[in-house]
Amino acid sequence: MQAWSDDRVQRVIGTLLRWGVILAAATVLVGGVMYFGSCGSTIPDYKVFRGVPPELRVVTGIVREAVSLNPLGLIQFGLLLLIATPVARVAFSVAAFALQRDRTYVAVTLFVLAVVLLSLTRESSKIVVPPERYAPMCISSDASPRSSHP
Amino acid sequence: MNSLEFSLLVWLGSVAAGLLGSLTGLGGGIVIVPLLALWLGVDIRYAIGASLISIIATSSGAAAVYVKDGFTNFRIGMFLEIATTVGAMVGAFLAAKVAPSAIAVVFGVVLLYSAYQSNRPRPERAETAAPDPVATFLKMDSDYPTSNGPQSYRVSNVPGGFSLMFVAGALSGLLGIGSGAVKVLAMDQVMRIPFKVSTTTSTFMIGVTAAASAGVYLSRGYIDPALAMPVMLGVLAGSTVGARVLARAETRILRFVFSLVILVLGAELIYNGLTGRI
Repeated sequence: MQAWSDDRVQRVIGTLLRWGVILAAATVLVGGVMYFGSCGSTIPDYKVFRGVPPELRVVTGIVREAVSLNPLGLIQFGLLLLIATPVARVAFSVAAFALQRDRTYVAVTLFVLAVVLLSLTRESSKIVVPPERYAPMCISSDASPRSSHP
Repeated sequence: MNSLEFSLLVWLGSVAAGLLGSLTGLGGGIVIVPLLALWLGVDIRYAIGASLISIIATSSGAAAVYVKDGFTNFRIGMFLEIATTVGAMVGAFLAAKVAPSAIAVVFGVVLLYSAYQSNRPRPERAETAAPDPVATFLKMDSDYPTSNGPQSYRVSNVPGGFSLMFVAGALSGLLGIGSGAVKVLAMDQVMRIPFKVSTTTSTFMIGVTAAASAGVYLSRGYIDPALAMPVMLGVLAGSTVGARVLARAETRILRFVFSLVILVLGAELIYNGLTGRI
């Protein structure tokens, strides 16, 4: 099992984390530039908590908004990539410990992975706020049509 | 103030927070929430969501460097992540049940403690503890590089550290911070792990801990992309620059000054929470 020494595992983890952060930051930056292009002159309001629109709260919705090049959807997708970075690190660790035949730590990392995935994939069925109370998404002129699904 | 100006202001504040946070080792996330909530009038739930995102970015970026340097003990980190991720989910659920003013008060107390903790003297221990059966079974004993070659160390009181890590995770999920101060307390003081290993392993754990509560925050609508964007990019830029400067900076005075800022912010949060202004 020399092939997967702790040293090598640590180096792969380091590279994985670095590129995850770079990729996420780049996506957020692109989304941010697009956001300023279409919504830069709107007046922000964060004083009253209304919560972001439901499509930006779940993984499937965020991916859909990002694909349709909604600036906020793209930023949210970048944030999702960022959240996924440490999760990918845990997933890689499971594989690395399995290759080292370290059963104790395969169990440990699998448990951590399960907790994090449970938190991320739990669809929010409990959204009870009426739609008009959500923070409005900036409505852009033409480049990025606002999706109309509820 | 329009969105562009507001974002620029938030970005500048976040750069400063990231820079000071990495130079002093206190982490930038800890001042983001007070900055947004007290000075820019942002609802504390949006502030916590944005802060949580920013600490995933900085801790992953920093961990990428530390893990290659050989200080991080990733077995200790991964075992204790069991406690911090479960704690983080509990904390994130509590965040929705507890009144914002109560969160502000708890936040203030954690800030006061962090300021105290960062200025405590910390002599490196020379003695080696007796082998601990739990730590041995979990292969936690290891070594770290020093100027005199690798220095080996033993880990004690795993259950004690594990319990405190649950608290650290819950605070992280409740407040959207890394709670590095509590993590270091658990490893350095309770488990008798060398300070440098404790801090780097704490950084390594923060990303996963935060990811566990991020899912809950996301589904509750706390993570606002337009607000999280300047916070994340700002803290990341500031802490990256800070890490480059760190090697040649005199951080003792800086740390003292930053601690004073944190003390004031902590007191202000407690006051605003108790008087119901948040």
